[in-house]
Amino acid sequence: MTTAPLLAVRGLSKSFGGVRAVAGVSFDLGAGEMLALIGPNGAGKTTCFNMVGGQLAPDAGSVKLGGRELVGLAPDAIWRQGVGRTFQIAETFASLTVVENVQLALLSHAGRVLGFWRSARAQFRDEAIALLEGVGMAAQAQRATSVLAYGDVKRVELAIALAHRPRLLLMDEPTAGMAPGERNELMALARRLASEQAIGVLFTEHSMDVVFAHADRVIVLARGELIAQGPPMQVRDDEKVREVYFGGGTTFGRGETSHA
Amino acid sequence: MLEVSALDAWYGQAQILYGVSLAVGAGECVALVGRNGAGKSTTMKAIMGLIAKKRGRVVFRGHDISGLPPYRIGRLGLGWVPEDRRIFTELTVRENLAVARQPPRDGAPEWTPERLYALFPNLGAMPDRPGGRMSGGEQQMLTVARTLMGNPYLVLLDEPSEGVAPLIVEEMARMIAELKKAGVAVLLSEQNLHFARLVADRAVVLEKGDVKFSAAMESLMRDEALLRTYLSL
Repeated sequence: MTTAPLLAVRGLSKSFGGVRAVAGVSFDLGAGEMLALIGPNGAGKTTCFNMVGGQLAPDAGSVKLGGRELVGLAPDAIWRQGVGRTFQIAETFASLTVVENVQLALLSHAGRVLGFWRSARAQFRDEAIALLEGVGMAAQAQRATSVLAYGDVKRVELAIALAHRPRLLLMDEPTAGMAPGERNELMALARRLASEQAIGVLFTEHSMDVVFAHADRVIVLARGELIAQGPPMQVRDDEKVREVYFGGGTTFGRGETSHA
Repeated sequence: MLEVSALDAWYGQAQILYGVSLAVGAGECVALVGRNGAGKSTTMKAIMGLIAKKRGRVVFRGHDISGLPPYRIGRLGLGWVPEDRRIFTELTVRENLAVARQPPRDGAPEWTPERLYALFPNLGAMPDRPGGRMSGGEQQMLTVARTLMGNPYLVLLDEPSEGVAPLIVEEMARMIAELKKAGVAVLLSEQNLHFARLVADRAVVLEKGDVKFSAAMESLMRDEALLRTYLSL
């Protein structure tokens, strides 16, 4: 067994018009690990995220997945390397049913084109249902995604992201807009799937209740630089992080009770 | 200050609100809580005159505003911070604030960009940044600040803490406390109960467009069965 990390980010940097957005950021992420990226608004989290996912080209630095360099590859090539992504606002095809959304993702993974869609209603149906079972949505497979509760749409989005068997999953504020109970359910699910399928998960999040309950490790970005990293409870008690990010800690729980 | 009676609202054929009644007094903060799709944002939009098909009565400072268009409701001193931000992406922070300026009102605090920059240092650090080049959380702060530029008597705050760092959420809590002290009324829709508990005097729990509970915020926080049933906690 090699102990090389699944994802190795080194010296990642990006400036916009002379303004340093991300400066020399380095971190590792292991298979099956839940890594939270937190930090003040405007700290460079989204920029960092977009460079790992290939939506943005870094000025300098390296992003290696399983030892292979991703910098320089187009987003779709990175996606084919096994990098999946979910978004702050869930993206599904509202006019399709739940199962069709997942089938479409499976067809895409298999490299078939959309022109086959009519005859493809039957293709990958079993695989799609299996993925939906994994996220607890099989019972709603025939419903249009437009009529689902928002928390359920997020589950479908997760099933879609899993359809192409990612090794690394990037989740940008996965629980935005969700009620507290739904947040915990979604992240507990993501954590279980990540652990079972050895997927590394990098997620941004402002709900510290979610971070303390579901992250294995936390990295903190401020003004484009990494200022702290470690287990959630250690980062929670870090003076520097408290000063720039947590404040007095009155707007979130202390994290002693785990929901996982 | 605000009294909503038996409010029904529809999106097309779909009825969203079923007889919602609530009241917010001067210097008071009322939290609307409930799951996604419970009708919290729709209640705010209906109060602001943004829902075409509705029934019921909305009285604001003695005026029946049920039939008024949104701009007239705004000019009476009712401010709304929409969930989806809607800042002007081509305008700078300073310009976004300038376009929202309204004349000072008797009995309402008067806001200036300088006071708002003190409240939200992020904004003070970038007065010339175009809205479209700010992070999501910074845009959220700008949305709140812009609404305060209207010197409102009452503010509808739709999920102000979403996507915002804990430190800034605390700033917002301080801002709400300051508003309350100045006699401003606040109706808050919020998923972060820690935050809601810091600022709200009373809670109104919505489920499927129907008021299920309306009492002191603290009695909601102590009622585990209620929290489990309506907030899946």
